[in-house]
Amino acid sequence: MDQSKIRNFCIVAHIDHGKSTLADRIIEQTGLLTSREMQAQILDNMELERERGITIKAQTVRIVYQAKDGNEYIFNLIDTPGHVDFNYEVSRSLAACDGAILVVDAAQGIEAQTLANVYLALDHDLDVFPVINKIDLPSADPERVKNEIEDVIGIEAQDAPLISAKNGIGIGEVLEAIVEKIPAPGGSPDNPLQALIFDSVYDSYKGVIVFCRIKEGRVRKGTKIRMMATGATAEVVEVGYFGAGQFIPCDELAAGMVGYLTASIKNVKDTAVGDTVTDVDNPCAEPLPGYKKVNSMVYCGMYPADGAKYPDLRDALEKLKLNDASLNYEPETSIALGFGFRCGFLGLLHLEIIQERLEREYNLDLVTTAPGVIYRVYKTNGEMIELTNPSNLPDPSEIDYMEEPVVSAEIMVTTEFIGPIMQLCQERRGRYISTEYIEASRALLKYDLPLNEIIYDFFDALKSRSRGYASFDYELKGYEQSKLVKLDILINHDEVDALSFIVHADSAYERGRKMCEKLKDEIPRHLFEIPIQAAVGGKIIARETVKAMRKDVLAKCYGGDITRKKKLLEKQKEGKKRMRQVGNVEIPQSAFMSVLKLDDN
Amino acid sequence: MRSLSIYIHIPFCVRKCFYCDFLSGPATDGEMDSYVNLLLREIREQSIFYGDHRVVSIFFGGGTPSLLSSRDTGRILEQIRDGFAVAEDVEITIECNPGTAVAEKLKNYITYGINRLSIGLQSTDDEELARIGRIHDYDSFLETYRLARTAGFDNINIDLMAGLPGQSIASYRKTLERVVGLSPEHISAYSLILEEGTPLYVNRNTYLFPDEDEDREMYELTGTALGEAGFHRYEISNYAREGRECRHNKVYWRRGDYVGFGLGASSMVENVRWKNPDRHSDYAVCVEQMEAHDRDLDSGILIHAAGSKAEQTAHITGTATERGMYIEEGKQAATFAEMLRRTGRCEVQLLTPLEQMEEFMFLGLRLTEGVDLGEFRQYFKKSADEIYRKQIETFTAQGLMERRGDRLRLTPRGVDVSNAVFAAFLF
Repeated sequence: MDQSKIRNFCIVAHIDHGKSTLADRIIEQTGLLTSREMQAQILDNMELERERGITIKAQTVRIVYQAKDGNEYIFNLIDTPGHVDFNYEVSRSLAACDGAILVVDAAQGIEAQTLANVYLALDHDLDVFPVINKIDLPSADPERVKNEIEDVIGIEAQDAPLISAKNGIGIGEVLEAIVEKIPAPGGSPDNPLQALIFDSVYDSYKGVIVFCRIKEGRVRKGTKIRMMATGATAEVVEVGYFGAGQFIPCDELAAGMVGYLTASIKNVKDTAVGDTVTDVDNPCAEPLPGYKKVNSMVYCGMYPADGAKYPDLRDALEKLKLNDASLNYEPETSIALGFGFRCGFLGLLHLEIIQERLEREYNLDLVTTAPGVIYRVYKTNGEMIELTNPSNLPDPSEIDYMEEPVVSAEIMVTTEFIGPIMQLCQERRGRYISTEYIEASRALLKYDLPLNEIIYDFFDALKSRSRGYASFDYELKGYEQSKLVKLDILINHDEVDALSFIVHADSAYERGRKMCEKLKDEIPRHLFEIPIQAAVGGKIIARETVKAMRKDVLAKCYGGDITRKKKLLEKQKEGKKRMRQVGNVEIPQSAFMSVLKLDDN
Repeated sequence: MRSLSIYIHIPFCVRKCFYCDFLSGPATDGEMDSYVNLLLREIREQSIFYGDHRVVSIFFGGGTPSLLSSRDTGRILEQIRDGFAVAEDVEITIECNPGTAVAEKLKNYITYGINRLSIGLQSTDDEELARIGRIHDYDSFLETYRLARTAGFDNINIDLMAGLPGQSIASYRKTLERVVGLSPEHISAYSLILEEGTPLYVNRNTYLFPDEDEDREMYELTGTALGEAGFHRYEISNYAREGRECRHNKVYWRRGDYVGFGLGASSMVENVRWKNPDRHSDYAVCVEQMEAHDRDLDSGILIHAAGSKAEQTAHITGTATERGMYIEEGKQAATFAEMLRRTGRCEVQLLTPLEQMEEFMFLGLRLTEGVDLGEFRQYFKKSADEIYRKQIETFTAQGLMERRGDRLRLTPRGVDVSNAVFAAFLF
């Protein structure tokens, strides 16, 4: 394969600006095979693939483009996850590319994620060219958007293709621009193998399928490879490239190419995203830059609603972990919830995805404790511990000080909502950095925000206070010292470990009060009165009471229909079973989740 | 001879009350006719199984059983007397609503041997009655009550309800006073339960119901007012003068054998429970199947499939040793249950010893006298203290139960929250 005829690129955009639609159009208007391969293939098959190519969502795919210069080009379109939780994965996908198409909505213009993604692309030295999408919308203002791109991002935009991905307008222009504006890959097939892992999936037949970009050298069946960071070695079983929706084996992957390899690898943790693959017999001098071990940012406890399902939850997590190296978990025990796992995630979205998959794909009913971040606890004896479970907080007398993670946040907002958004950031202990006006009506607010203030519902609050107009992006900035306390909840004088959380001292009272109010509604009346208390360091700061049940009588039992009566009692008993017993109080599962929804009203 | 109680379900009424979710509704004369015919056939077919039983109580429930012509009521009782051994002192109750039983009908009842009348009054406040969709007012109740006494009924129950929409403590007190003034032998006083799907439930937000405290006050008031008037509470919602407790009612709580005839009727005989179908057409099929099954049994066709007729009938007519102490050991019980399933009965269930224990507790504890743990031990060959130690200890400590020797019963506070207590006795 002529290296000069390869183009490796990705599409970056703010959510809903048309990234997937453009990818679909590009695939649709190109071929999936070279003409040489086409002759070798059965045409029927190819049509099927072509069909699939159209319907398939953008993902990593190799396509063939017959350019106006008469040459046939190979395009590798690498899909990138679109959420801040997966920033590192995005960065590795970008590192596998040589250029990027920036899609900007002709009506909405630049948004927070547009900026975040384009800066990330520029950081990786990608050549970025813009296209203006949705030009057929009545509210489209391509000239304004072009100026915005030049002013804000500082890249040439006057000759940006004006397109409508939805209606197939201007796609040809985009294809030509890919050939012209995105550089051919560098590297030499004769150098020692140096390949970047940018993704991997677990397949129960082939083992891990490693997605990689060959930077230098070549790899083929039988090559003995080593993952330089994890140290894992394996012998390559198969190499190939990405057809639409399927893996197509080939003889060899050489410098400049994007493809996959399999080597009977059992676990994705051996093939970390960002790691460098080299040849054991002819290793490269050093790994590719930019590898880092991905760390979980958000932790929560996950417990099976039915304690007997603990082994099922463990198996399910094990299986998910096979495919998701960024998921961490370790067993833990809660007095209230029994056996479960403390799980680490990249962010709240990641947490929600995993939770949903456990519930849907593995049919598990879960109780999840309030998500928290990793706090650093500096003890008076000089020791530092990273705290992921609030229950493990040492006695206050042993704590010198604590630190919490802080992020740099960028919020893009129309000027009329600047006030409410700034107020929101203040409430969340934000530190104001700057305001930049993108144009007369829009501004980019920069704040430093404690991570634990944004992991619950910041995004929702942002949307509601800006009527959906604000967009938001952040990256971890570092740790800062903070006045943090552990808020404990006592139910009927027993501390419920699963309800404890770390909170800034100034908001402890408010949070405690809300927790008690919420729990009062969640906990059903018992045969006795139940005090619900919030405490900080043993001092009660809020209290509510669940009154004792006065009446619970079944009236008539008609015509001896005992079965119906028993069913009612059984229902009552079943309801109790689904609750968690703390002392002699039964707490419904939902109470443990209610902590998440403190800002509902 | 073992005791048997019979329940007859009459699923007809003039109009459904707004709180009612029982199996009943208005019907034409033709529909009632065809129903009574099915009922007579069912009673006839069933009687072959109860040769060893003596009927101690019969209860016509509904619906409004007094809607049936007295001739039909008489035919049903005749059919029972034809097929069953009926005790000399049998208690025969019929439920009746004011306005549906004229003087002649009541007199006929007495002639047929019906000796107990249960009149649905619910309240003496006409506005309260209208709000829950009753077809009568207080005056028409008084008329029926007077006619019943004149006809010769010396054992009358009056049904009352607390917790009605718009009801106050004062109006409920007045209802109690008026009813006591009439000197019935028995009073059933229930708390209104809002059943899903009923008009009262659907429109629940448009009514003002007594709050929980008022509701409990009404319950306590019932106990004191009726107690002062010489009634004693023998079950959560039932009050009687000495010797006038409803025999039929107690059979349910003491787990005596009873068989139900008619649409959706429930039965329990020797630890097998079942129900008749709820739909008229299914019930008709069920009766036909019983008859066909019986014919087939007689001609020997079903011998291998469901055991011999002797085996099928032995379960309920055989001696205790023949039956075996526990159901799962009794092949006959399984055979009997199989026969019930074959003939279209629903929810056929052979109660396991554990299920029998659950029932023993949660049914028996409804009675004021409570349960006899000695009887438990004798029947199950296990001590209740062993099986329910935790429950008994907890509830006794919480003041919801009290124990005197082998007697275990709910305290007044335990009665208030009896569901929570009962539920804990389920495995």
